[in-house]
Amino acid sequence: MAKAVIEINAECCKGCYICVELCPTGALEIKDFKAAVKDAELCTGCMSCELRCPDFAIIITRNAK
Amino acid sequence: MAYDYAKFIRPGRLPHIWCPGCGYGIIMKSMLRAIDSTGWSKDEIVLASGIGCASRLPGYVDFNTIHTTHGRSLGFATGIKLANPALKVIAMGGDGDMSAIGGNHFIHACRRNIDITVLVFNNYIYGMTGGQYSPTTPMGAKATTAPYGMIEPSFDIARLAVAAGATFVGRTTSYHAVPMEKLILQALNHKGLSVVEIMAGCPTGYGRRNGQKAASDMLIWEKEHAVPYEKAKNMTEAEMAGKFAIGVIYKDESRPEYVESYDRAVGLSKRG
Amino acid sequence: MSKDKRFLQGNDAVALGALYAGCRFFAGYPITPSTEVAEKLAAMLPKAGGRFIQMEDEIAAMAAVIGASLAGRKSLTATSGPGMSLKMENLGFGCMAEVPCVILNVMRGGPSTGTPTGPGQSDIMQAKWGPHGDHPCIALTPSTVAEQFTETVRAFNLSEKYRTPVIILTDEIIGHMREAVEIPAEGELEVIDRVKPDCAPEDYLPYDSSKGDVPPMANFGEGYRYHVTGLNHDASGFPTAKPSIIDSEERRLVRKVEANYDDIVKVEEFMCGDADRIVFAFGSSARSAKDAVLALREKGVKAGLLKALTIWPFPERHIKKYADGGVKGILVPELNLGQAVCETERAAGGKCPVEGLFRVDSEAILPSQISGTLERF
Repeated sequence: MAKAVIEINAECCKGCYICVELCPTGALEIKDFKAAVKDAELCTGCMSCELRCPDFAIIITRNAK
Repeated sequence: MAYDYAKFIRPGRLPHIWCPGCGYGIIMKSMLRAIDSTGWSKDEIVLASGIGCASRLPGYVDFNTIHTTHGRSLGFATGIKLANPALKVIAMGGDGDMSAIGGNHFIHACRRNIDITVLVFNNYIYGMTGGQYSPTTPMGAKATTAPYGMIEPSFDIARLAVAAGATFVGRTTSYHAVPMEKLILQALNHKGLSVVEIMAGCPTGYGRRNGQKAASDMLIWEKEHAVPYEKAKNMTEAEMAGKFAIGVIYKDESRPEYVESYDRAVGLSKRG
Repeated sequence: MSKDKRFLQGNDAVALGALYAGCRFFAGYPITPSTEVAEKLAAMLPKAGGRFIQMEDEIAAMAAVIGASLAGRKSLTATSGPGMSLKMENLGFGCMAEVPCVILNVMRGGPSTGTPTGPGQSDIMQAKWGPHGDHPCIALTPSTVAEQFTETVRAFNLSEKYRTPVIILTDEIIGHMREAVEIPAEGELEVIDRVKPDCAPEDYLPYDSSKGDVPPMANFGEGYRYHVTGLNHDASGFPTAKPSIIDSEERRLVRKVEANYDDIVKVEEFMCGDADRIVFAFGSSARSAKDAVLALREKGVKAGLLKALTIWPFPERHIKKYADGGVKGILVPELNLGQAVCETERAAGGKCPVEGLFRVDSEAILPSQISGTLERF
């Protein structure tokens, strides 16, 4: 089971690639100009993408251990 | 854990107008988390801004907000604070707004030490008008009005604030989202004039003309060039070349705040 | 009860009038010949529970005044021509954002630094057209020290009632002269406060004009969180690019003042009833004009004075009445090279000759100059 759930609000996403480039595990990608989950299992819940998403478009919810 | 920004966002105002990859959205989020930590009510918070990309921020958030004229936010903010000192006043603007057209208001607000928090969004460029050089554009950098490269030395906004008399001065970057939140919180809780300079990327107006093609390049540049102040103060000028200090740069809690001084001097405080 | 009679300087009377009207904030910058107002209020405001600040420049002073008004205090700034030029940017903001406040311009000669210690009346058109873009303008022109007091109260009342900046256009002569003034007792003059919203905060629209051209105004900090901007905005206060809203809001802004001529425009008609020639004057020139009319009456010449206490909106209906009534002519003496005279001509609509009498040497227009010209009509 993945350590966290990634939610993407496509309406707010502007496809800037910050989340993709700063994700340490490569869990995200850009698809049709919007952020998308490439591999949910890779997400460690580090929050790097959420904190630096300028567009309020990513919500990370860590799963209980 | 995921932070819920919705309680501070005005319904229907997002998405914001900032370009893809603009660092200002990151600042807005850190600022909202810092404001949340103060415990202040939304009714007592005032956001005042000037003109430019940064100055569009107040329109999105559910406080008392005023988007004023170019560079003048601190004039309006000073009037608001003096009229009702119970209000928590935050002024914000970009590097051009605060240090060029609003430079005079900036230094005098610092000098007075009035209890206002000033957030300066420094992206080295006039973004709203399409990438003209500003007082913080680095030497040699390209801008639409500096097609041959910037020849003017730049302002160090944090040092300017210290010299002008601000009693809390810090610097951070849009990369440092969590340290930024903590720094802004310290500034908000400081009694007196506090300045936080926030380095942030403008991929559209600056980055693409200056070898930083992606927004993430700009964030990584910030990470690599920021030096914690405690370390930076022991480094030589040569060691610091091209780098900048982040964190709390100056703090003085001994100087009296302006409105309190005024009320004491004129006998208003005795009347309660 | 004994009357409170004082020998006052014109500028001091503005300060006292402001306090009477409920002004509790002043921001300014030193400039001759207005500085006494700042000095007086620096001393007096704290005693009335108000605050004073000398800002770093005229621009910031205008900004602070608008900010203080938004935070709930009736606010005043005082300046003269060069400072007025600097205030234009934020004056326009005040008109656009509909924030009540009062700006005193003690006029001196110009352009540029001009003659700081001499009178002028050359900022008439600047008051109306100084800020860029179409906007409402209310400007009052007292001509006695007593009127400095009462017109300042009226300026605050109009600004609160119409939710807009109001300019007092006085001049160095009126600002610095001293006259005996009877200070009105509390309650003797009406004092108007802005209309506050009576709806719940979540229903509040800061620019809702559905119940009239002047929307109720909440102060910052009272629970009605809203957005203020100099951009074209809709009823909610947020920027709009919708042409139909930009159009209707721009028109409302101007209409809320222009449609209330009878309430705002104040003109004193002195010996006008049977007059066959009229002098239209304001400020210090109106004092000379009154003398001239009295002198001509002694000689049997039927002269009358229309003394404008409101110069904007321009008293065109008053002028039209006499132009239509068949007077031989209207004379407009002013300390400039022809500003109010052009408006007067427009108002007269070709029904009678309109002549200007101008002086720009930093001296007052003399009664003899006015009577001499009027006599020839």
